[in-house]
Amino acid sequence: MDFIRYLDPTVQFMLFSAVKIVLVFAVAMTGVAYAVLVERKVSAWIQDRVGPNRAAPFFVHYLPVVGPFLTKLGIFQPMADGLKFILKEDFTPSYVRKIYFWIAPAISCVPALMTLAVIPFGSTLGNANNPMVIADLNVGILYTFGIVSLGVYGIVLAGYASNSKYPFLGGIRSSAQMISYEIAMGMSVVSVFLVVGDLNLSKVVAYQSGGIHEWLIFKQPLAFFIFLVSAFAETNRLPFDLPESETELVGGYHTEYSSMKFALFFLGEYAAMIGASAMMVTLFLGGWTPIWGGAPASSLLVGLSHIVWFLAKLGFFMVLFIWVRWMLPRFRYDQLMNLGWRRFIPLALVNIIITAGLIALTHK
Amino acid sequence: MSTKVVDRTPLTFYERSYLPAILSGLKVTARHFLRSAKGHNTATDLSQGYYPEVPWTVAEGYRGAPYLVRDQEGHTKCVSCQLCEFICPPKAIKITPPGPEGIPSDRANAEKMPREFEINMLRCIFCGMCQEVCPEEAIFLQKDYSLTGTSREEMIYNKEKLLSLGGTHAGIQKWKHKLESAQHQEVFPVKTH
Repeated sequence: MDFIRYLDPTVQFMLFSAVKIVLVFAVAMTGVAYAVLVERKVSAWIQDRVGPNRAAPFFVHYLPVVGPFLTKLGIFQPMADGLKFILKEDFTPSYVRKIYFWIAPAISCVPALMTLAVIPFGSTLGNANNPMVIADLNVGILYTFGIVSLGVYGIVLAGYASNSKYPFLGGIRSSAQMISYEIAMGMSVVSVFLVVGDLNLSKVVAYQSGGIHEWLIFKQPLAFFIFLVSAFAETNRLPFDLPESETELVGGYHTEYSSMKFALFFLGEYAAMIGASAMMVTLFLGGWTPIWGGAPASSLLVGLSHIVWFLAKLGFFMVLFIWVRWMLPRFRYDQLMNLGWRRFIPLALVNIIITAGLIALTHK
Repeated sequence: MSTKVVDRTPLTFYERSYLPAILSGLKVTARHFLRSAKGHNTATDLSQGYYPEVPWTVAEGYRGAPYLVRDQEGHTKCVSCQLCEFICPPKAIKITPPGPEGIPSDRANAEKMPREFEINMLRCIFCGMCQEVCPEEAIFLQKDYSLTGTSREEMIYNKEKLLSLGGTHAGIQKWKHKLESAQHQEVFPVKTH
């Protein structure tokens, strides 16, 4: 690997970035696949069912104890799921608007993955010039909000292009819901950035380094709470899954979709969950910093441990997302709007004013 | 005035914040989750094996697939009255009656039996109306619940198949008794003055 040192810095940067992009993408995709498994298994256990416990490729037969145990946990289920999505018939109804129908899944999936680009998922690996973030933007949070709000287009387009009543209702609901909660979400993070004084997410993490007491969740609990609830709404998860609402809208915006196009919506939803969890970890739970200390990594091993810390915190939020889904019923539409506009937005505004006042009083 | 207005105690601010409901919900789901994960849940207990490998015991009185039955002497009990065909809610039963020149019943005194008796098991909802309505005790919901086939045609069970699946019924033999009583009447000593 010596030849890397003699390369042009620009080439080096491009090479490292490409490697990071591929790795983050791979981890995110695997995360999506296994989030689906966790979702199914957790829901099964919560509802006193068994969950996936059968899928097993041929080689499991030769593993004595580990094989059956892993099969029972459903570890091989995501492979079977993926294969099923690829092999299923991709059916396009005759009455849809074809172009929009085809691009809608991509539009809902791509923004969810793009938000991961600005998330610092580790300190450094190897040397100090190799930060574990794909794009260390100075306007990281603005980029995230800009990209996340594009996600609603995919759902609205899917609802419109399907040319059918249930997807249409789902699309309408999602546009109202996502736009409303984006405001609450955006306002809740304003107070965070008032405290930190920088929009760069790496700086936000650096501000929180030094141990668990430095984390912004303890300095801005209200902002965290509003952000958490808004994240549920933004990712269309229960109790805010009105765009989907299986019980009343069949499948909501993806009713008419099948096979890989449906899988893209599915993937987009879980990628959005990962993105939202990553944002919460970065903004409120100190990103990659361990619960003690938090200086940038001095060695490869420490660098890897920081990534593990990040993934562990991410996993915590993913489990929370899944757990809450199987516990809360769906909000009624008016309750949803009431909560967003008349509770969270004023609360976030009050939080901003109080934070700004405190900073003005204490700042020299 | 039969209506009684009950005053609801207004929810406190804490209750209206959804938080107590959310917390108790998390507690309940966590309890179920942990119980299942530890394997203490009887519903998720794998030690006895699972359904396709270990079939469940069908309870007495279970309403499975309807089949035709024969009487103790191996005769078809059905007399092609078509009551089951008329009552069948999903229209799964189709009976072809023998017609005026058709084959007579395979037993004495019964007028006729169906030329063909078909139940479309894809339509059948196992409701038991046919069994309820049958005046001949000829059709019974039995214990089969998992019917499979590779084509739609295969799932239409004909008379032969239904009779062979149904087996023998040990109930009353209405037409045998009718015949006996008729024969009895013939030998009955009638006084003639």
